[in-house]
Amino acid sequence: MLRADLKARVGTIELDVAFQVPDGECLALAGPSGAGKTTILRMLAGLAEPASGRVECGGELWLDAPRGAHVPPEQRRCGLVFQHYALFPHLSAWQNVAYGLRDTSRTDRRRRALELLDRFGAHHVADSRPGTLSGGERQRVALARALASDPKLLLLDEPLAALDPRTGARAARELGAFLSQADIPTVLVTHDFGQAALLGDRVAVIDSGKIVQQGAAAELAAAPASGFVADFTGANVLSGIARAGDAGLTHIDLDGGGAVVSAEPAEGPVSVSVYPWEVELEPPGTNHAGSAQNRIDATVTTVTVLGARVRVGLSAPQPLTAEITDASLERLGLKSGSRVMATWKAAATRLAPG
Amino acid sequence: MSAAALRAPALSRVRGWFPALLVLALAVALVFLFLPVVAIFTHTSPGKLISSLGDGSATDALRLSIETTAIAIAIIVVVGTPAAYFLATRDFPGKSLVVTLIELPLVLPPAVAGIGLLAALGPKGILGPALDHAGITLVLQTAGVVVALTFVASPFYLRQAQAAFISIDRSLFEASRTLGASEARTFLRIAIPGAVPGLAAGLALAWGRALGEFGATLMFAGSFRGITQTAPLAIYERFATDFDGALALSAVLVAVSAAILLTVKALAGSGAFGGAAR
Repeated sequence: MLRADLKARVGTIELDVAFQVPDGECLALAGPSGAGKTTILRMLAGLAEPASGRVECGGELWLDAPRGAHVPPEQRRCGLVFQHYALFPHLSAWQNVAYGLRDTSRTDRRRRALELLDRFGAHHVADSRPGTLSGGERQRVALARALASDPKLLLLDEPLAALDPRTGARAARELGAFLSQADIPTVLVTHDFGQAALLGDRVAVIDSGKIVQQGAAAELAAAPASGFVADFTGANVLSGIARAGDAGLTHIDLDGGGAVVSAEPAEGPVSVSVYPWEVELEPPGTNHAGSAQNRIDATVTTVTVLGARVRVGLSAPQPLTAEITDASLERLGLKSGSRVMATWKAAATRLAPG
Repeated sequence: MSAAALRAPALSRVRGWFPALLVLALAVALVFLFLPVVAIFTHTSPGKLISSLGDGSATDALRLSIETTAIAIAIIVVVGTPAAYFLATRDFPGKSLVVTLIELPLVLPPAVAGIGLLAALGPKGILGPALDHAGITLVLQTAGVVVALTFVASPFYLRQAQAAFISIDRSLFEASRTLGASEARTFLRIAIPGAVPGLAAGLALAWGRALGEFGATLMFAGSFRGITQTAPLAIYERFATDFDGALALSAVLVAVSAAILLTVKALAGSGAFGGAAR
């Protein structure tokens, strides 16, 4: 179990976070760059010291600042995988992995390093220098190295950011499989909500040094606590003023024109969020749905085909993105400049205080 | 410069006057810098050079030069490497002042350096009584030569070493710490191997400077054959009376300096120190 409570000033932001991670669970700290995520990892590893705070892991007190304990990084047994892996360039892959192994013969250290590399499918690069390895291979070596000394806490800094999308997808699957078996707490940091959702058992969204919402990724997406969280999870976020409307629905006048309805109660300034895959596109002027359907006239600005899915950028009083199938795209004959009607259900319209 | 400007238009038909000017400037620099070196080897016959080296004072001076520079370089590396690492990895108030003080000997005239050393470590200097009490005499002694060489050569090494440590990605040091290595172990296992090319370059520069040291040594340690007369001092002593002897000694000094420079460069380049060949 990891228990952390950290307060520090980092540049212009006031960092103030508290969280717990049980053994075998992975907490994903997600947020935009500059939110203080990496600083949190560095404080957990002992590479940076907060102004005040407390870190406890595996029954040991690592930090009690400003007075009391400050266990130096080399005594924390904390496996940290750096964003760019920080492999030692003058040592071979197996020597990198064996770096943290002590008090044993060279033969023994090599054997254990090879076992670890084998576990991550990197046995074949054991004698290569890091400079000759691909991004995916470097990540495996870095992970093997971080786990070599049997750490009490695993920290991953943007584990997929340095990989190309193809390698990243495979690495994500492998990392996810590994994390599901791990029996120590893991904290990972990412700026990508998708990766946080994929790898984290829980996601804590960080904005300007504070945890603004924390929970399972699906909970965050279904009920974002603020416009920031909604935006971060990939939703369209529109601003407006809410008031009670007909049939128990909430009526929201959008800033810049237009109105939508939501099944959630709210009053006053709100952030309205709707996921791109919940937005459907119809030819302009279509009028067949009931009052529980939102309709906004829009102009297509971009059409991006991603396999069988198509992302359509829309210009309306506030910009919107819709994700439709390539069949719909063909049926509607959409291209840049086409007029469409964007529609979505009142039930898919989430409200958070503006 | 006017000769270069006049000659340039003739070449402009081929590939423009500016590249031609650059080539010419390089050629002038090369001839100017290399001609004296060539002259040392060609002015007298090789047989004469070798015979004048048979003189005991010449071999004494060379032996003394190699011994004192080697000791000075050892001191510079042992003390300078951790000091440079400290400067490269930490920030503290007054750091830029410290760096400037370390670089001061670079611009100090050697005669001023000699006077300064006398004022600090001479019999009547600041530390003179303390050294005397401890039974240490530096002035007019071989140890004094080592002190003078160390003083003038160390900034060359310190500057290069500091730059070499700064250029290493800080996350490598941090990775080492999280893997259970103390800062001392990180310094030995990660920082030094990563800095080897820069450290070697600094070592070669400092050694070259120490081998050529003249003024500070003369003023602080004097020029006594076999005790403080290094090769440059022996050359100076001879050139009025025995020009061939001075030339012979110069030729050997050129060869030794070049050998040190080339050896250090080759070792660093080949990664023979286990350095980070990237």
